[in-house]
Amino acid sequence: MTAQLPTLPTGPAAGPGDGATVVGESLLRGAWHRLRRSPLAVAGAVIVLLFVLVALAAPLLAPYEPASTQWAGDVTPQSVPGPSADHVLGLDSFGSDMLTQLLYGARQSLIVGVVSTLLGLSVGAALGISAGGLGGKVDTAVMRLVDILLSIPSLLLAVSVAAVMGQSQLSVMIAIGVAQVPIFARLLRGSMLSQSRSDYVLAAGALGIRRRRIVLGHVLPNSLGPTIVQATLSLATAIIEVAALSFLGLGDSDPAVAEWGRMLVAAQERFGNDPRLAVYPGVCIAITALGFTLFGEALREALDPRQRR
Amino acid sequence: MTSATTPEPAALLDVRDLSVVFHGSHGDVEAVSEVSFSVRPGEHVALVGESGSGKSVTSLAVMGLLPTRSAKVEGSIRYDGDDLLAMTDHERRDLRGAEMAMIFQDPMTSLNPVVPIGVQIGEVLQRHKAMTGRQARNESGDLLARVGIADGSRRLGEYPHQLSGGMRQRVLIAIALACEPRLLIADEPTTALDVTIQAQILELLRELVSGTGTALVMITHDLGVVAGLCDQVHVMYAGRVVESAPRRPLFARPRHPYTGGLLRSIPRLDAPRGEPLTPIPGSPSDALSWTAGCAFAPRCGNRIDRCTSQTPELAAQHAYEPGYEQALRCFNPIGEETS
Repeated sequence: MTAQLPTLPTGPAAGPGDGATVVGESLLRGAWHRLRRSPLAVAGAVIVLLFVLVALAAPLLAPYEPASTQWAGDVTPQSVPGPSADHVLGLDSFGSDMLTQLLYGARQSLIVGVVSTLLGLSVGAALGISAGGLGGKVDTAVMRLVDILLSIPSLLLAVSVAAVMGQSQLSVMIAIGVAQVPIFARLLRGSMLSQSRSDYVLAAGALGIRRRRIVLGHVLPNSLGPTIVQATLSLATAIIEVAALSFLGLGDSDPAVAEWGRMLVAAQERFGNDPRLAVYPGVCIAITALGFTLFGEALREALDPRQRR
Repeated sequence: MTSATTPEPAALLDVRDLSVVFHGSHGDVEAVSEVSFSVRPGEHVALVGESGSGKSVTSLAVMGLLPTRSAKVEGSIRYDGDDLLAMTDHERRDLRGAEMAMIFQDPMTSLNPVVPIGVQIGEVLQRHKAMTGRQARNESGDLLARVGIADGSRRLGEYPHQLSGGMRQRVLIAIALACEPRLLIADEPTTALDVTIQAQILELLRELVSGTGTALVMITHDLGVVAGLCDQVHVMYAGRVVESAPRRPLFARPRHPYTGGLLRSIPRLDAPRGEPLTPIPGSPSDALSWTAGCAFAPRCGNRIDRCTSQTPELAAQHAYEPGYEQALRCFNPIGEETS
């Protein structure tokens, strides 16, 4: 009976050239088009891209070996040699080449930032999915745990973890990651709960689709947008917190590893005479954090369902 | 009291004295009560009423989609002789999508926006027909062609936002009919669509269910939809059935003042030019509970003293057509006015 329904028009959007139908465009691609139109998003993306490139290519770009202190003798208590032909940005307080240290510092920030954010994201997402997907007692238990974590200021939490675990790169990553767990858990649970009340979830239920499939195949994909945005913004926070932990003396204890936060600490004593020692790493931290924030905010707008057209 | 005639052949769906009570923070709300109707294979039954009349809640209760914690469902719902309310969640889930399916009102929100339509059609096939991904994909393309989407198999990768409202409703119909359910509930399937598309979708539904023995329950507030598609009509008001009748007598000789009001409020081609439409005064929120008097009494032109002191019962009426239910809940029906 149904083999022939040619007399039925297929609706106004059936034509391939119809304005309402953009064949082959996915939601993510739509978001990509909106991203490209926003100048702030482009600026943020350029900064992020430059940062990542510099971090990856630091060994190629750096004019000297990192933490090489062969010019330590030139550093006096009163002054540090400034820019010269050999050292474009001058030396730092330990007698290393400033530019080299900044480049390797980017590498360090990227590694710690990405690893700690991934850590916070995966643990937080696992908690959030089990709370939002299973509901009931699991939800209550998980969210009380998260509330406890959230009631501790994130920097204090990071300081405690770093203090307990000792000073190492790993403990910095774990400290910052743990501080981000509650943010991701809450965010994902919240968006999953609101998505669970959607019509398409009811419609899937009306088709007898199993609960696990509804949660993982329907609710979760629709809840990821805010989480992706938060992950981008968290990278900015993580980079600042790496510097903050180092500044407090809780960072990586290996002096051979260049780190923007530690460069700031060393510059502190000489700030009156040589402000540039603090300005360079400070500007690097600020610009990188700004780049991730701009990009994250633009991503938030691009993924906003209300902007979908 | 419930049925004047025993339908034969045996009803596929038989709802008796259904009541649904929601437990809310402001106390319990009785959304549906004393609702009885039955649907035989191949029969098209309409539940008609305004928003808040309980018709959607009735359909959700049949499907088993009401929240178990806050909604209390009583009475009996028998599907093919089996009591649905006695089944486990698991058993009911196996029926949904395979034996009974539902088409929802808003095609804009009833499809998952981030999942390609082919996956959403294939999912139900894989769930109930144990198909592989490839089989489901082929079948999905055929289903899209059946609901009038040209080039169906090539559009499986498209996302809902790339389709118009009418196309989306076609996709939802394809999904609902994928496993050839014996019972299809359509909850206002055309309300959210443009008028021109509405007729196409109704025509499509009619073509797909006629001749297959599929029983159709059409939930609507639009008597125009009923006129074109349904055999038996149950008019609901404030959670109860106020009039049940086969289509023809209902349109020719409405008995309940509410049914009459609904009919007068839709435009007709044969009405004299310039004749104003007659709306029903008031709104459904004016409805009283059925505890003391008729809930429709405040809006009723036929109101008599008895209407506000006594609650009318649904009384079986003379059946014009054998096999159909004919019943009325009114003290002062149209054509037999006492004052």
